[in-house]
Amino acid sequence: MTKEGFIRRFHSKAFGRSLWVFHTNVGACNGCDIEILDVLTPFFDVERFGIKLVGSPRHADVLLVAGPVTVPMMEPLKRLYEAVPSPKLVVAVGACAVGGCVWFDTYNVVGGVDKVIPVDLYIPGCPPKPEAIIYGVALALGLVPKKVGPVRAGHEIPPELEEAVRQMTLARQLSEVAQASDTDPTDGSEQGGLK
Amino acid sequence: MIKSKIKQLLIGKQAGTVTLPYPFSPRPSEPGYRGRVVVDTDKCVGCGGCADVCPARCILITDESPFIRIIRRYLDRCIHCGRCEDVCIYDAVHLDGEYELATTDRSDLFIEQVLFMGTCSRCGRCYIPPNPLDRLMVVGFRKDEKWSGQR
Repeated sequence: MTKEGFIRRFHSKAFGRSLWVFHTNVGACNGCDIEILDVLTPFFDVERFGIKLVGSPRHADVLLVAGPVTVPMMEPLKRLYEAVPSPKLVVAVGACAVGGCVWFDTYNVVGGVDKVIPVDLYIPGCPPKPEAIIYGVALALGLVPKKVGPVRAGHEIPPELEEAVRQMTLARQLSEVAQASDTDPTDGSEQGGLK
Repeated sequence: MIKSKIKQLLIGKQAGTVTLPYPFSPRPSEPGYRGRVVVDTDKCVGCGGCADVCPARCILITDESPFIRIIRRYLDRCIHCGRCEDVCIYDAVHLDGEYELATTDRSDLFIEQVLFMGTCSRCGRCYIPPNPLDRLMVVGFRKDEKWSGQR
């Protein structure tokens, strides 16, 4: 069973009437929050689907998370997840919540909501358009099909060079192994200033 | 009381429906909107300029061998700034107006290109310079660090 099919069945059983959403910000810049606010205005109007913001996680079915999880907000986010009664959905809104954005490896940021709590739906974008958030909602409700998928493209290697490429790749891997055994992996000085 | 309610109803009737019928009818994005990243592998020469300017460092370049260069784009952390489109002189990267990117699996937002490269007879060097500015000037093999591809 695909995950979409699971979410559709899960939704039709558990959330038959309406989704009550608790919106939380774990270090976002407020861009995503403003777009989420836009979604609730009469122009976009997600109350058509029965979606409503509530003031307490204990009233909510859906946890809407925006922002890369900063380290001080990690424990509160876990407590928030436990406070939402089961069954629950977690929706990550924005590039920060999905993959950590430009802070994916910063020292004080966890980088992505799914490193802390399980996430059911990802809505990328920086910030996502209100339509993109509505699309994500409609995807969770099973109204629209999924459109994205991993892309793998590339050139074809000429057949007369295949053997040379294989040997070169092997030699490179061997040299890497030799290099790794020479240097201490715990020493970060070689990694440069980016880290 | 009733009069005012009737007045409200009339005003509401005049305004008509303002709500978008969006998920049930298509809504194209505005011209110039930067959405999904599309890469044309036939035009791409593998120079790695986009990887140097990407603020989220979501474009990673690895040289498997002197012939093979692999460009991986982890678009889950892409901020759609369009700098890769600006810097590409071959028009291989394009950010189109597609915004319907919501997914249930993070690995759907991923592009991998395997490029067949020529081999330079002069620069067989292969090292990681200590700071990002030196890294921009380097010739020869590129090897992104193991930590930067973590998901």
